[in-house]
Amino acid sequence: MARTRYGTDRGLTARMFGTLFGLGLMYVLLAAVLYAFGFSAIFILGISAALLFGQWWFSDSLSMKAMRAVEVTPEQAPQLHAVVDRLCAMADMPKPRVGIADSDAPNAFATGRSPNRSVVVVTTGLLRRLNRDELEGVLAHELSHVAHRDVTVMTVASFTAILAGFMVRSAMWGSMMRDRRDQNTALIFIAVMVVSVIVYFVSYLLINALSRYRELGADRGAALLTGQPTALASALTKISGDMATIPTRDIRQMEAVSAFAFAPAVAGKREFTLEQWFSTHPPLEKRLAQLAKIAGELGQR
Amino acid sequence: MGFLDAVFGRRKPARPNLDSLFGIPSAAITVQAALDFVPTGRAAVAFRAPEGRAFADIENEVRALLDADGGPPVELAEDSLGFDWIVVRTDPIDVATAVTDAHAVNTSLVESGFGPQLLCSLVSFRGPDDRPLALIYLYKAGTFYPFAPVPGEREQRDNVLELQVRDLLHGELPMEKDLARWFAVWDAPGL
Repeated sequence: MARTRYGTDRGLTARMFGTLFGLGLMYVLLAAVLYAFGFSAIFILGISAALLFGQWWFSDSLSMKAMRAVEVTPEQAPQLHAVVDRLCAMADMPKPRVGIADSDAPNAFATGRSPNRSVVVVTTGLLRRLNRDELEGVLAHELSHVAHRDVTVMTVASFTAILAGFMVRSAMWGSMMRDRRDQNTALIFIAVMVVSVIVYFVSYLLINALSRYRELGADRGAALLTGQPTALASALTKISGDMATIPTRDIRQMEAVSAFAFAPAVAGKREFTLEQWFSTHPPLEKRLAQLAKIAGELGQR
Repeated sequence: MGFLDAVFGRRKPARPNLDSLFGIPSAAITVQAALDFVPTGRAAVAFRAPEGRAFADIENEVRALLDADGGPPVELAEDSLGFDWIVVRTDPIDVATAVTDAHAVNTSLVESGFGPQLLCSLVSFRGPDDRPLALIYLYKAGTFYPFAPVPGEREQRDNVLELQVRDLLHGELPMEKDLARWFAVWDAPGL
């Protein structure tokens, strides 16, 4: 039996399991609150599920519109398509559509509800700044997101947060509409609101933690696919260094886009350590450290 | 890919399937008989060389091994997309030997743990008027597809010829059904 250099990262899997377990707990807690909420709960559940389903189903076209990206044919961008072709052949996955967004901010993202309906988009700023190997690394990172079905996973994961957000709002409306003299109902509404706020906050933290782990997973997948962790590290350094100075409002228009972008669409300095908890992407040092570790493993005989 | 792999954001690298490679020599006879394309005796193996000492060492060992049989020396070339190609030549022209050598390159890489880095293997033909044709084997899919650049034109493919070859070899080799996977290898060494 041939040996393999491409094992899985047990630590990362364990951390991801912990996060998913926490998110599952939030679902249970929310179900209990919904039960207390009574009849109108079904209505709220329906609306948030429909909303999220729509966002998932149309994720490719929605994100492309938000980024003002256009799909390009192999004739229009032969080099880009050639790299994607080969990465897909090596990974044995269906080839996603390829798009280019006319933006100077160097970034890339992948969305789509399934690997067969996915699109990988890079910005013109990215194409200008990166060399061949770095671009290959970034594309491999995005293809890893597609292969890992990150859009679907994150959509399911963000359901609690959206639902809890809806419930806070409806509980507020509910308590205003009803008869205030009925003390019991008012108390229930306040309790529902407090629990919903807590659920919203905790799921928000957990979703971001999950997103950071998915990013590390995609980095790992990309490094193993191309065998060039250092090229990916170099691309990350180039992009993250530039990112802080470039306003990227257009990327932030949609949460869903930010979650699968190559580098976080958050401008500004990172002095506040608590910010890490609210970030969708792991800090640069952490990503570079992981890539350095993989480079070491690949170099061993 | 399993459900758990999706949940945990990981993927097992695709493992190459080398068995079908030995179907090429008989397919070459079919192509020659039907379309008058003759093998050039060249075969090439393409892979993305990972960084680090380990792979460089293995690559050197493989080349030393292939050169030991006294035939024309193997060549190593890099294409414009950063992929390495090991090109084996046979003199006199012998497809079976070329395929065996290509297979040896693949097994060495797979056995040293670098199987996921393999991209494809290629066996080249020349037709009337020196028209080039290549039969390409995709390891991860385990399928073949033809590639025929139009001579003299920049990045033009002779799709009619390619489809002819596909239909001709349909019963003989597992041909790739998804045309989107028939990626072009314009500057492939050994073509």
